[in-house]
Amino acid sequence: MGVELLGGRILAPYFGSSVHVWGSIITVFMLSLSLGYLFGGRLSLHQPSLQKYGRIFLFAGITLLPLAYFAIPILDFVFDNIEDTRYGSLTASMLLFFVPTIILGMISPYSVRLLVTNEAESGHIAGVLYFVSTLGSALGTLATSFYLVLWFEVNTIIFTFCLLLIALGLVAMLVNKMEVKDAKVPLQS
Amino acid sequence: MQKYLYSLNLNLSRFIALAIFISASFTTQAKVIKEERSLYRNIFVEDKGNVRCLKFSVKRKTSSQSCINKDNPQKLVFNYTKYVMSSLVFIPNPQKVLIIGLGGGTLSNSLLELYPQIEIDNVEIDPAVVRVAKNYFDFKETDKVRSHTKDGRIFIKRAQRKQQRYDLIILDAFNGEYIPEHLLTQEFLEETKSLLTEQGVLVANTFSSSKLFHHESATYHAVFGDFYSISNENSSGNRVIIIPNKMPLASEIGNNVETLTLPLAKYDIKLFNVISFMDLEKDVESDYRVLTDQYSPANLL
Repeated sequence: MGVELLGGRILAPYFGSSVHVWGSIITVFMLSLSLGYLFGGRLSLHQPSLQKYGRIFLFAGITLLPLAYFAIPILDFVFDNIEDTRYGSLTASMLLFFVPTIILGMISPYSVRLLVTNEAESGHIAGVLYFVSTLGSALGTLATSFYLVLWFEVNTIIFTFCLLLIALGLVAMLVNKMEVKDAKVPLQS
Repeated sequence: MQKYLYSLNLNLSRFIALAIFISASFTTQAKVIKEERSLYRNIFVEDKGNVRCLKFSVKRKTSSQSCINKDNPQKLVFNYTKYVMSSLVFIPNPQKVLIIGLGGGTLSNSLLELYPQIEIDNVEIDPAVVRVAKNYFDFKETDKVRSHTKDGRIFIKRAQRKQQRYDLIILDAFNGEYIPEHLLTQEFLEETKSLLTEQGVLVANTFSSSKLFHHESATYHAVFGDFYSISNENSSGNRVIIIPNKMPLASEIGNNVETLTLPLAKYDIKLFNVISFMDLEKDVESDYRVLTDQYSPANLL
């Protein structure tokens, strides 16, 4: 959600900040999240592990980086080629947000798979996950729109989000390694 | 005692006089003659006596954007429009003008009247405002005076790519309630600057209170260096910024003042006075951050 809000900022110099620009951004985010949920669920069928889970975070962080570094040439390109601000903003949103948001969407279903250990508690765990992720979205929206834009540059905020995702990914992979090690110790002894 | 009664009587008669006065002023009560809800805001056209105003209501507050004197349409009602017109002393014969933010179209009409050959591009984001300007404020469109329903930033970016040039650019898209943040950044001003002819003049009608005022100054200084400004004493934060791309000689300005004084007097502009209100704001070291596309929390400052 933080990224979505910043998306409005990034597109405004090229397409304005009218309702259709927000429409484009929200459409692209919803579309990519829906695909992300689908792919994340699919991925969780094949030997799910914390290692792979960490990799999702890592990829999300990496695919978000171009938003900070290549947004201007991409926006210039779209602006030069599409006159209509509706389709211009939709195309620009696709190019900038589609891939990273799909990957971010994969996190939720994959989390469900990792946390659910038996059928009976699956609903409960899914509920807690929805709670955490939606509450996180709310807080991210509030923090970004009320304070972060007042203190930092857009790119600084995006860069921080990227680092945070990459760090989380690495932590997950590290924890996974330690668990594997722990699991191996009793086997060997 | 009698004296006391007498003074009471006097007070009473004063009170009655006041009451009559108040009720009299109510008879010229404001009357809303048109109301429209657009994608961006609520628009009203209000008649009060001989003055007709275009009003926007944003956040429960209604403010006049543009007013005309119906009995004498040439007379400009707002001080800021007089200040904007006075910037002609720096460019006495503009051929091509760009106006961002139409309002009632008063500036466009006045310029067309002064210079019948002039070419004007009016850019207004809200189609409802263009409609109201045409129907209620006699906004005149010809084949050379056009209106474009577009975001100002987008129009300027496209004009830049078409390498268009303007002698006079008027930024009038701000009001006291909300500032379009992408129209108050260093990048935007650079783009606007690139559209000015060599002798061109940029005029901006801005509203910024307290802290934003300094950020705004820092941003204009970063792009243009020194600039002229006229602050409106009646309303806090309203100032007109005037920036000649190339400063004319003092003697030229003197001549221009002489030739323009009479034609501008029709619009109720006392050119000599307005010039005396003009301050030169020097580009000095400032602690305030320049607003950029990356950092533009203008409405939060």
